[in-house]
Amino acid sequence: MTERAPPVVSMDAITKTFPGVKALDQVRLDLYAGQVTALVGENGAGKSTTVKILTGIYQPDGGTIRIDGAPIKFANANAAGAAGITAIHQETVLFDELSVAENIFIGHAPRTRLGLIDTAEMHRAAVRLLDSIGAPFDPRTRLRDLGIANKHLVAIARALSVDARVVIMDEPTAALSHKEIAELYELVETLKAQGKAILFISHKFDEIFHIADRYAVFRDGAFVGAGMIADIDEDALVKMMVGRTVDHIFPERQPNVAEDVLQVVGYAHPTEFADINFTLKRGEILGFYGLVGAGRSEFMQSLFGITKPSKGVCKINGQIKVIRSPADAVANGIVYVPEDRGKQGAVIGLPIFQNITLPSLGRTSRSGFLQLAEEFKLARDYAERLDLRAASLDQDVGNLSGGNQQKVVIAKWLATQPQVIILDEPTKGIDIGSKAAVHDFMAELAAQGLSVIMVSSEIPEVIGMSDRVIVMRDGRIEAELADDALTPETLVRHAAGITTPAQMEEA
Amino acid sequence: MTDATSQTRHIPDRLHSRLYATLRSWEALLLAVAVAIFIVNSFTSPYFLNAWNLSDATFNFTEKAMIAFAMALLIIAGEIDLSVASIIALASTAMGFAAQYGAGTPELVIIGLTVGLLCGAFNAFFVTVLGLPSIVVTIGTMSLFRGISFIILGDGAYRGYPADFAWFGQGYVFWVITVEMVLFVIIAVIYGVLLHKTNFGRAVYAIGNNPTGALFSGIRVQRVKFILFLLTGLMSGVAAICLTSRLGSTRPSIATGMELEVVTMVVLGGVNILGGSGSIPGVVIAAFVMGLVTFGLGLLNVPGIVMSIFIGLLLIGVIALPRLWTMIAARRAKP
Amino acid sequence: MLPRFLPVRETILSVAILALLLLISTRFSGFIAPANLANVFNDTAPLIILALGQMVVILTRCIDLSVAANLALTGMVVAMINVALPGLPIPVIIAIAILLGALMGAVNGLLVWKLAIPPIVVTLGTMTIFRGIIFLISDGKWVNAHEMSSAFTGFPRAAVLGLPVLSWVAVLTVIIFGIMMARTSLGRSIFAVGGNPHAAVYTGIDVGKTQFLAFVLSGALAGLTGYLWVARYAVAYVDIAGGFELEVVAACVIGGISIAGGIGSVGGAVLGALFLGVVKNALPVVNISPFWQLAISGSAILIAVAFNARAGKAKGRIILKSAEAST
Repeated sequence: MTERAPPVVSMDAITKTFPGVKALDQVRLDLYAGQVTALVGENGAGKSTTVKILTGIYQPDGGTIRIDGAPIKFANANAAGAAGITAIHQETVLFDELSVAENIFIGHAPRTRLGLIDTAEMHRAAVRLLDSIGAPFDPRTRLRDLGIANKHLVAIARALSVDARVVIMDEPTAALSHKEIAELYELVETLKAQGKAILFISHKFDEIFHIADRYAVFRDGAFVGAGMIADIDEDALVKMMVGRTVDHIFPERQPNVAEDVLQVVGYAHPTEFADINFTLKRGEILGFYGLVGAGRSEFMQSLFGITKPSKGVCKINGQIKVIRSPADAVANGIVYVPEDRGKQGAVIGLPIFQNITLPSLGRTSRSGFLQLAEEFKLARDYAERLDLRAASLDQDVGNLSGGNQQKVVIAKWLATQPQVIILDEPTKGIDIGSKAAVHDFMAELAAQGLSVIMVSSEIPEVIGMSDRVIVMRDGRIEAELADDALTPETLVRHAAGITTPAQMEEA
Repeated sequence: MTDATSQTRHIPDRLHSRLYATLRSWEALLLAVAVAIFIVNSFTSPYFLNAWNLSDATFNFTEKAMIAFAMALLIIAGEIDLSVASIIALASTAMGFAAQYGAGTPELVIIGLTVGLLCGAFNAFFVTVLGLPSIVVTIGTMSLFRGISFIILGDGAYRGYPADFAWFGQGYVFWVITVEMVLFVIIAVIYGVLLHKTNFGRAVYAIGNNPTGALFSGIRVQRVKFILFLLTGLMSGVAAICLTSRLGSTRPSIATGMELEVVTMVVLGGVNILGGSGSIPGVVIAAFVMGLVTFGLGLLNVPGIVMSIFIGLLLIGVIALPRLWTMIAARRAKP
Repeated sequence: MLPRFLPVRETILSVAILALLLLISTRFSGFIAPANLANVFNDTAPLIILALGQMVVILTRCIDLSVAANLALTGMVVAMINVALPGLPIPVIIAIAILLGALMGAVNGLLVWKLAIPPIVVTLGTMTIFRGIIFLISDGKWVNAHEMSSAFTGFPRAAVLGLPVLSWVAVLTVIIFGIMMARTSLGRSIFAVGGNPHAAVYTGIDVGKTQFLAFVLSGALAGLTGYLWVARYAVAYVDIAGGFELEVVAACVIGGISIAGGIGSVGGAVLGALFLGVVKNALPVVNISPFWQLAISGSAILIAVAFNARAGKAKGRIILKSAEAST
């Protein structure tokens, strides 16, 4: 690897503004042939926007992209593809109803002399590509019949089907198992050997240090630094990423745990989870940890009445309650702050105050008729308690930032005066300042006697906030941890299903 | 330590006054259009400003508007019912059938309303229980309901309604004020209150803006939608009573194509066809606009089919022009 | 492995049509005589052609309610051109019909693409506008058989290899659309746009433009059918093919084309149209009043949409190992 070789792709002073948000501010990024560059940054640092600009989905407002030193502009996704840039996207940007081969070749299928798509050649080429990445399925298979990991392989094959010089991998391992991740690493090595420049986006530091040659760090849409992985250690990289020391101060809490509030016995679902048993006490924060796809959200939504469990009983204050719908759950004092804020949390299009009062209309209205003054009063109470930043209460909730939308959703539920509040990834995609505010608020709620269930995939958060942690794996409870047993190592081991015999004896 | 209350950020209830919001609304624009049409009409035809003529003209829209109010709620909630005109046909056929066996006016009214409700429940079952898209379901029931009328009546017709049945479609309450006008006002007020002043109406808006979010907020989404289909069916039953009473006869082709006029009225009234926003006052004004256009052009001897061009242009124009305007403005702003 | 490659919906629909034919033949064996079946096909030809256009539009998550009005307007225009210029050769007439239809489709498409107005609103509006324009240009008068040239009315009925030209046009359209949907990038884009518009953008497909092209295709076919319709029935007036747009949508729904877009096939649309055609032609033969037709097609829509929804229901997420093993 010669340090002198110029970058294949170079982004210089790229700026991109969306209404009200500066997503990228004069960032730069260089990608080199035969090397993996890890792009590191928190949620909202501008990684996805960078990918979208490199692949021609967005056009930058300022700055220059150069390929081999020559400035270039991408009018659309095709232009970027023609310039040799291809991406394996985070979202599944594939077509369920088309065949595997069509998914790989859509937009650039081989043609016959008549200009029609040459299906025979397309299938042959697809088989070759799939073989090269160790994907053993028929290219005629409909995509919808494949599992998530195989779909991912199709996305990779698609990226490789164009003769790309630059391959962008946007969180490629998020949905993969350990074995599949190992295969992906091999694939990355192959691509490197072929001299392709690779941009690797990941949240997992072990992965970055395992596979990347270089790093570039963005923070809040701005460039922070770049260099060789060999010259930096994990702590320094994290420091660059978050812009402060790693130790996030979690609120000091005096667990004041009282009687059982919620008891779940034998909850099960045909495909999503089984044998879920636990109790939740008044004033307790109970963490739920696990890998993405371990069934935590699915179970929580079942507890909240969205999906019906096939078996199981839920007792509230010792009495058996049947929860068939969210309305039943709310009536029994269980509320749920979902992970998908835009779709399941806030009702975008309705003003803030109507969002807050939506489940509490029974209390603010008189015999079914609205009383706006009462609604504003209730909404103001909770908006101010949560320090909501908004121009007015009749503003559309869609105009608020992610953190403030989250506050509206929490305010909506607190206004119902619940007993149990379930928070699903409550700080995902929120800036650090709001994160601390949410943590403080959770502690305050627990201190006031509310029982909190927190689903989180962030280990520091789980350990810092929870009194007790339940680890789920493959739809089942793997372990319940508290006090000294609650360490990052034990969490990860249980979540991944690795249990050393030595530890078994200790326990 | 600073005073805690001074640190609390105060958020105002509203950014603008209600008056400001009203003046800038779609309804205000539409009202201006209605007034303009009224003035133009009164100048172009000497027969326009005649109480009896104006009274007659209201029949152009009263029956459609009754359905349009219920339809507005349904569309705001993100669904649609294209079978309303066919419900009228089926309800009218059922009433005609009963009248042949000597049913009196009260029985006929009950039959009309019941058939409307049953048809609404039928649609609601497919949409809310089976979870099918309402546009396809109601295109199907549109054929089915009218098809049943055709099976019963063929190319025949029912006449011979009791004399006092004519009161609904031909009667006057006072001077030039028709029974239908009074019904129109009462129904408008009921739906206006239901949509704008009750928890139910709030749920309708929430569902239209984000059905998943509404469900996750503890709203019984399917139950609300079921009720909305029932209401649309019921209003079609009311319209069937009025229309049958006015015409004095029932053919299976009765009210053909009315569903499209009803949807046009709702969209013209500022209801977003994709759901989430709209108001009853808007639909009321839209009803008047459509009525005035039809009546005014009618006085000028413009045939009905040509009037439909105006309605079609109005439908596309009222949505297209503001969008075109923003596009041009945006292009100008960017040098 | 076999069922994966067998189009389930099309097979079931074919079986249903065959069963229907058998049932009818028990009452009247002449119905399944080749000559009669050819008749039924010819009768259904306009519906098949229009259903293919509608299919393309529905696949891109739109709907075109203006097809019947487009058909009627084009039909009236070419009939009037024929009256004014009887010598104009038929290929020119056909070219005019297709172009005029495509132009009206383009109006719909532009409003959907450039102004992002919901397709149902656009085509509801243009439907009434097109019908109104027919009245304006014809002054409400009919163009009757004796005013049209014999070449004009004779073309769709001329027999080639035992089938009328009208039937051949339908066959040709099916073949062209079959190739277009399966083997051209436009065809695959149409599926892609309806199946996952978000992903389509990532693969460099312009969603709005594809929808625009779908409307143009649908319009062009409506225009072509306009000429064929008017020539076949030798009459043009304001209300021809009134309400036919719903029959066209019905054929698509019965044929398994998902109103949510992205799912459907040429075979499905054709079979959906044939199903309605067989029902329509069979009723008088088996002594059921033709007044039953509307109710039957309505019921068929409901059954088809309920069935397709069951078949296409998304599988839930499978997390449990035990559940994975059992599927």
